[in-house]
Order: sequence, then structure tokens, then C-alpha cells
Amino acid sequence: MSVDTLSAAIETVESHLHPTPSWNVDDHPMPTGREEIWRFSPVKRFRALLSPSDDLGTLDWSGQFSAPVTVTSLTADEARALAVEAPVDRVSSLAAEQTVHRTHISIPANAELSEPVVFTATGVDGRASDHYVLSVGNFARATVVVKFEGRATYSEKLDVIVGDGASLNLITVQDWADGSVHGGQRSIRVGRDAQVKAITVSIGGDIRLQENARFAGPGGSLQQFGLYLVDAGQHIEHRLFVDHNEPHTSSNVDYRGALQGRGAHSVWIGDVLIRKVAEGIETYESNKNLVLTDGCQADSVPNLEIETGEIAGAGHSSTTGRFDDEQLFYLRSRGISEAEARRLVVHGFFNDIIRRIGVPDIEDHLREIVENELAIVGDGR
Amino acid sequence: MSTLDIKNLHVSVETEDGPKPILKGVDLTIHSGEVHAIMGPNGSGKSTLAYSIAGHPKYTITDGSVTLDGVELTTLSVDQRARAGLFLAMQYPVEVPGVSVSNFLRTAKTALDGEAPKVRTWVKDVNAALAKMQLDSSFGARSVNEGFSGGEKKRHEIAQLELLNPRFAILDETDSGLDIDALKVVSEGVNRYTAQGDRGLLLITHYTRILRYIDPTFVHVFVDGRIAEQGGKELADQLEAEGYDKYVRASRVSA
Repeated sequence: MSVDTLSAAIETVESHLHPTPSWNVDDHPMPTGREEIWRFSPVKRFRALLSPSDDLGTLDWSGQFSAPVTVTSLTADEARALAVEAPVDRVSSLAAEQTVHRTHISIPANAELSEPVVFTATGVDGRASDHYVLSVGNFARATVVVKFEGRATYSEKLDVIVGDGASLNLITVQDWADGSVHGGQRSIRVGRDAQVKAITVSIGGDIRLQENARFAGPGGSLQQFGLYLVDAGQHIEHRLFVDHNEPHTSSNVDYRGALQGRGAHSVWIGDVLIRKVAEGIETYESNKNLVLTDGCQADSVPNLEIETGEIAGAGHSSTTGRFDDEQLFYLRSRGISEAEARRLVVHGFFNDIIRRIGVPDIEDHLREIVENELAIVGDGR
Repeated sequence: MSTLDIKNLHVSVETEDGPKPILKGVDLTIHSGEVHAIMGPNGSGKSTLAYSIAGHPKYTITDGSVTLDGVELTTLSVDQRARAGLFLAMQYPVEVPGVSVSNFLRTAKTALDGEAPKVRTWVKDVNAALAKMQLDSSFGARSVNEGFSGGEKKRHEIAQLELLNPRFAILDETDSGLDIDALKVVSEGVNRYTAQGDRGLLLITHYTRILRYIDPTFVHVFVDGRIAEQGGKELADQLEAEGYDKYVRASRVSA
């Protein structure tokens, strides 16, 4: 073992926020809720995803794609061999271990897709799991959309491998029916000089996603955007971890959510690890929460672990608050009613994320959803 | 003929030590067709006057009244006051991320008129108003005040003034921070607005500079929360030469 890999291994251990990845379910004991990675989560609600199931199905998947994109089945060994990393929690390790559905979505090298590849995964009640791998070959360009709908108790492991010089726009929409539960781990590996934009939209269901990213070479650029709307009694949690393990890489994270109704709870964890080798990197993480009513809770925890000072920049910010009175005053001083002013502010707040999606159907759909959510808030608070 | 009538206006703000009076009895009557300049040192309460007339929640009116053609404004909400015909060009226009200038202007126009403007003429009107302020038409796609330079913010305020064309406008230190070219552009816009003859203007400023381009009907010296002196344009010239010292000292003696 060279000195370099040894020091890298030690750094990983010292990054106390992140458990050691392992395919072995037993390495991820049943959480009590006191663990660092579970302390913001209502463990009880995710219990079904934390134990093996005798009656495990999959979602009803349909895909909209054409050559040269291929979708093939994988064996457990093949899926593990392809994966970016092993599971980091019990939910994803069980998903990988137990799933009846291991799939490889492959976009070959040099492919330039003019149309987005769209998958719709519909829950049909009951327990379901998937382990799927999305690979984008060197210098390929693609937009991939995964939409989750229907009702399910669902866990997933997703590995996204983006080749050198490739460009991927990945959009996932968690738009479950009430009563759904969705947990899992998504891991992205950004190739040398590759560009990845990942947009996570979480609207319906109790959701807990571990979203990890790392680099396979220098020059990679990662942008992660998130939009979430949390209603009364709902839990939506995004746990991001960007591992700057290569020099001259960049990451930019911007997650925004609105909460309304008693017991609405959002969690955003934004961890960034800048390793010793990661000289010249640049990173910024931002989380903004708009609290629309009383009785909501937004937990927001940005965290930087910096092992080298030889970087271009590193920063983070987190804001949680009600409507900005100054914004409302400015709009209302032009005759715009309070309700309309609130609408404009919330639309503006989310539009910064929505406009980056680049798939008009989904952009329109999300604008409509934001509109409907606001109709509930109406004129008052 | 319209009239904005401010009578015995007392306004305070909440502080940690309880309410603090800022305006201590302001009397001012503005008829349409008139330009009233309010000049005063920093901290005299000029901006408080502007914001409390417009209805900013930070300010509490403890006494007095503000009426627009007999309609009491102080009991109306911020947007109701605007719909009654009042406009405030702010010293520090607020950023509204993600809301485009064109969407904002259309929404405001719709709210003020009670109906959406005609699409074809509206786009032309917006582009013309922006062009007059030397803002090109791509400006409409930008988020309101976000990333605008200081000058762009002020020119955007005056573009709104021309486009929304309220009966009464208050300009709160619109001239501050502008270079001479921007000041001329802004002044020309204000002069086009007042040249209609039936609009009233309250121009709040710290400097006499803008009065070289905008001709005031009356000049008021504002010190310690009230009007200390009134006169014509010659009062501005006197302030230019002598400053506010005389008035500030007098207010200290009387306090």
C-alpha cells in the first residue's frame, strides 16, 4: 500500500460523519435514532425499510428511450462490481441485498441524446426495492429523468457512473402518494472533466435519501440542486456528501424547500470532505428553507471537513425563515396584494431551481405543483 | 385636481428600549401639479416619512392622518395605498430572486388596473419605458433588482414610475449614489412624469444636486422629525451655501 492510499484510508475513517461502506447488512446494525446518521430521522417511520421482507416486489417501471440506450438485467455480483461504492446504511444495504430487480441503464460512450431518457416507476402498494446502475460512457451527453409515483414502501440503491468528458443531467422526482415511504442511497461518480447536474425533487411521501458524490479524476464538475415541499406530518430528508477526492474538481449544491402544516419536518445535511489530494478544488453548499406556517421544523446542517488549504474556495450557507417582509413590502407597494406577493416570492424562490431542469414538461409540472401547494396557504399564514 | 394631505403625523419605531418617536408632527399638503422637495440631514426622519406614508410595517403611526383626495391612507394596507394612487421609489430597492422584471411589472399593472394589460401594447410600453431609462429589453428577463448596479436599481424605479403612472409619487433619495449621467436620465424621467400636469411629487433628497434638473415648486427643510422651514427654490440655494447647521442647532435649542 502506498503512502497516498494509506493516508486516504485514514482520512475516511477520521471523517467521523460517515460510516464505513459495506455490502454486508450486518455491518449496519438496526439504528436506535441516536446514531449520527439517524439522529434527525423518525426511525419508526422507516422501520419497514430496515428489516428484511418476505414479500418484496418492485415498482412498476416504464421507460421512454431508444437506441443506443440499453436497459439490461444484472446479477448481484455484476451490480456490486459496477457500483460506485458499497452501501453506507442499513436501508441501502438491504435494498442491494434483497432486491429482485437489478438493472443497468447504459448510455454508451460518445452518444449524444437529443431527447431525455424518461423512466416512470409506479408504486403498487406494498414493499419494493431496486438496485439500479446508470452508466454514461466517455464523452456521452444525456438527460435522464426518473419519476416515482403511486404508493409504495420503497428502498433503493442507485449508482451513477459518469465517464470522462461526459455530461449528464439527472433529474429525479419523488412524487409519491400520501402514506408512501422512500429511503435509499444514491452515489454518483464524476469522471475526469465530466459535468454532472443532479436535480432532486421531493414532494410526496416520507423520504430519506443519502446522496453521495465523488470524482474519478481531476476537472470534474458537479452541480446538485434540490426542491422539496413538506406538508403537515411529512418527513423529507436529503443527506448530501460530496467527497472531493481529486484535485481541480468543483461542486455546487443548492437545495431549497418550503414547509407548511403542523409536524412538517425537513432535514438537509450538506457534508463536504476536501481530501489532502484535492488541491485547487472549489465547493459551495447552500440550503434555504421557507417556513410558511407555524408548527414546522427545518433541520439544516452544512459541514466542511478540510484536509488541505490549497483550494480555490469552499463555503456554505443555510437560511431558514418566514417570508421576507422587505420583499413583500416592495411588491405590495406596487399594488400587488399580499397573497399575490407571497405567490411571486415562493415562485421566485423555487424558479431558480426549476429553470435549471431543462425538460419543459417537468418544469411546467413543477410550477403547477408549487402553485397548488400555495393555494393551500392562501391569503393567511 | 388631487390632493395628498399630511396632517400632524407622528410616527415611531419599535426599539429594544421601547417605541422611539421619529416623526413629531408633520404637516404637508401636496396638490397635483406640484413638486415638493424635502431636504434634511441624515437621521432627520425623511425616509421614515416616505415609508410610513407607504405603509411599511416597521413604522407605527401614533397620531395624525394622511389622506389622498379625502381617503384616509393610514388605515389601508400597503397594496391598497398603492391602488389608491400612491407610489414610492425606494432608496434601497429590494431584490426578489427568481421573479423577472417583466413578470413583476405585468403583475403590478394588473393589480393597479384591476385587469391585465393588453399583451401587444404592454410589451411595447415596457420596452419603451426601459429604453427611456437606458435599460435594454433583455432587462425584463432579469430577476427584480438582483445583481443590478446601484444605478440600474434607481433607473428601474423610475421606469416603474413612468409605466405605472401613479397620481402621487414619493421619491426617497433616488438621486443618491447616481453619477451625473444617470442622474440626468432619472431626472428626465421624473420630469416627463410631472409634465403631465396632474401628478403630485414628493422628492426626498439629501443633496441639492438633483434640483438643478428637477424644478421644485416648494422646498421644505426637514429636521428632527418635522418641517423646520418652507420656501421656494431659493431655499435650496441657501441650503447649498449654508448647509443644515442653522436648523439642526435651532432644533437642539428647542428640544
